[in-house]
Amino acid sequence: MSAQQPVAPPRPVEAPVAPGRGSRAPLYWGLLVAVVFALLPLPLSSYQMSLATEILIFALLAMSIDMLAGYAGLVSLGHGAIFGTATYVVLYWTTVVGGSPWIGVALGIVAATALSVVFALFATRVTGVYFLLLTLALGMIVWGVCLRWTSVTGGENGIRGGGRPEVIADPIVFYYVILAIVAVLTLLVWRFIKSPFGLSLSGIRDSASRMRSLGYNVPLHVFLAFTVSGFVAGIAGACYALFNNFVSPSTVQLSQSVEGLLMAIIGGIGTLVGSFIGAAVIIVLENVVSEYTARWPMVLGGMFVVTMIVAPEGILGAVRKLFRRVRKG
Amino acid sequence: MDRRVFLKSSGLTLSAAAGIAVPAIGSAQAGPIRIGMMAPLSGVVAAGGREMVDGFKMYWDSVGNEVGGRKVEVIVEDDAGNPDTALQKARRLVEKTQVDFLFGNLLANTGLAVANYVKGNGVPYFIPIIAADDLTQRDRIPNVIRVAGYAASQFPPPLADWALKQGHKRVATISQDYSFGHEQCGGFCQIFSEGGGTIVQQFWNPLNTSDFSPYLGQIAALNIDAIFIMELGSDANRFMQQFANFGLKGKLPMLGAMNFTDQSVIRTAGPECEGILSSAHFAEGSDNPATQKFVAAYQKKFNILPSLYGFSMYSGAMWVADAIRKVNGAVDKRAEFLEAVRKTELTDSPLGRPVRLDSFGNPIYDVYIRKVVKNKDGKYWNVPVETYKNISQFWTYDPQVYMKQPPYSRTFQGIKKS
Repeated sequence: MSAQQPVAPPRPVEAPVAPGRGSRAPLYWGLLVAVVFALLPLPLSSYQMSLATEILIFALLAMSIDMLAGYAGLVSLGHGAIFGTATYVVLYWTTVVGGSPWIGVALGIVAATALSVVFALFATRVTGVYFLLLTLALGMIVWGVCLRWTSVTGGENGIRGGGRPEVIADPIVFYYVILAIVAVLTLLVWRFIKSPFGLSLSGIRDSASRMRSLGYNVPLHVFLAFTVSGFVAGIAGACYALFNNFVSPSTVQLSQSVEGLLMAIIGGIGTLVGSFIGAAVIIVLENVVSEYTARWPMVLGGMFVVTMIVAPEGILGAVRKLFRRVRKG
Repeated sequence: MDRRVFLKSSGLTLSAAAGIAVPAIGSAQAGPIRIGMMAPLSGVVAAGGREMVDGFKMYWDSVGNEVGGRKVEVIVEDDAGNPDTALQKARRLVEKTQVDFLFGNLLANTGLAVANYVKGNGVPYFIPIIAADDLTQRDRIPNVIRVAGYAASQFPPPLADWALKQGHKRVATISQDYSFGHEQCGGFCQIFSEGGGTIVQQFWNPLNTSDFSPYLGQIAALNIDAIFIMELGSDANRFMQQFANFGLKGKLPMLGAMNFTDQSVIRTAGPECEGILSSAHFAEGSDNPATQKFVAAYQKKFNILPSLYGFSMYSGAMWVADAIRKVNGAVDKRAEFLEAVRKTELTDSPLGRPVRLDSFGNPIYDVYIRKVVKNKDGKYWNVPVETYKNISQFWTYDPQVYMKQPPYSRTFQGIKKS
């Protein structure tokens, strides 16, 4: 059913990214990923299904980071906090307030977007490493609040949810719902990136001063891009609340932001689809490696180092390079 | 042809005969009992996690990894001290490895996350280390049982009562600022203040406080009879050290939460830990023969005195093994198995005294007031000085009345206004 989602009207005349490479390439990659994910439930067990669902949710988080990092050149370390804020709001609404999960999801996304507006107001004032540090600090504030405001957030014990609503309780149904959401959002984000607005973001990445002299309102562009990115991260966070049914400060802490960023980097920054590959690689590895050794964080760390040296443009980037070389003969 | 018919029929007869001779071996029980055990093997509490695994495996090894006529297979997973990881590992153990039940976890937040997961699917989950009060009080889950564990606020009340009897009137508290600290401190403060004592001041230090001198300066300036201390891990070691350096040792009696003087802390400590009083169900320096037998065996195997982590997991395994024997290995019949666990009275544990569960799935213990002294090998350990019999998680309160008050937190410590 949801497999059809990505087959939206193709727009072949949409601004080509680089001369010599067909603008349809990302669409094909996207289609391939969508088909793979749509067929996954056939061979998988229920545990593997839950991993696949988790991969989709984290791919969405990685994508929201990639939007900024890959296209606007702004690397954020605060997206884990935005993501987790939505998770907190959904679970607070459904368990403490006792409200409907659907309204909870809506509120969670609104809260995450509102938070990213606040982040964006600060973030537009700085670039480069200062942007990195500022988003890191803002994320730490959110983490601190979640840890210390015990009466609302439950402190380090977190909030435990009451389970998913009946309609999406079945793991397979839930998987397809998430897949549909992620597919639609991927398409929207892709359109956003390829729009004139997205192209001017790339312009800002390459030379903010030139864009400014051309009459573009650079801070406004950054502000809007950050807000949209936060909105996407918020949706991922709300989905995570439904999936995990539990939230604690570890969901908003720095390592969450770092993990999202690593997924984007491993997959390939500035590719969007790479987020899916990065999320899949990291989550699957975490699970497979930890089956064999208690030193699994070391193995993962080693893998990151190797990737950065051998394929600094990420897995998708490396594969593309390979294709290009093969084509040239 | 004839031979085949003969083989078939004789085979049938034989198997039928065997069926009569060895009755009631269900096909579902053929394989080993699979136990999913989670502990933090990486991260800041990894040392405790490894002792959990040691203690747990030590018991199963001692019975030849076989109980109730079935083999036992323990699958260990690292929860990294992170609730999200714990949840993921619990899912894997239940849905992929298909374990019969779950065991373990160290930090309260990891335990609470897993408990919420098994609430939905009914998988039995045993928590000898997770002390979060509400798991066996306000938010109890029928398939989550604290075998050989304890509720956080269960042991400080006897210590408060004992302190009152020593004539202490004014006490201050210092505690790590998180739920486990809030709950232990609350248990002490409520009983101490209701008994006529005064809680002069409460200090809350963040986890991993490297410098206690701001607190110690204030403590020294207070006119108090004793101090209640709830620190664990390296915070506990640093606090003892700096308390002694400050010249407070010997002048101000130290009353510790059970973790403050646990072997995991005093194993590496010097004379600064001597004489600290605490309350717990287990004292490795008790002269009870059962305790000493366990301590000697543990020491022989791992070359250290057992901590609460090792002891609790060992006893928890023993508890569940007793129940498995009662149901003849049929752990897949969950309701009967859980009922057997609840009904089990553990008689041969290293405590040397029978232990049973209250109706909320938390054990009732004889609680020792313990003192840290040097043993004949020159190592520090906890020796009982007094015993409070049959202490449940509700102290002397009526459970229903007790659970009407809010759970202990930084803002609610149950202190009676005088």
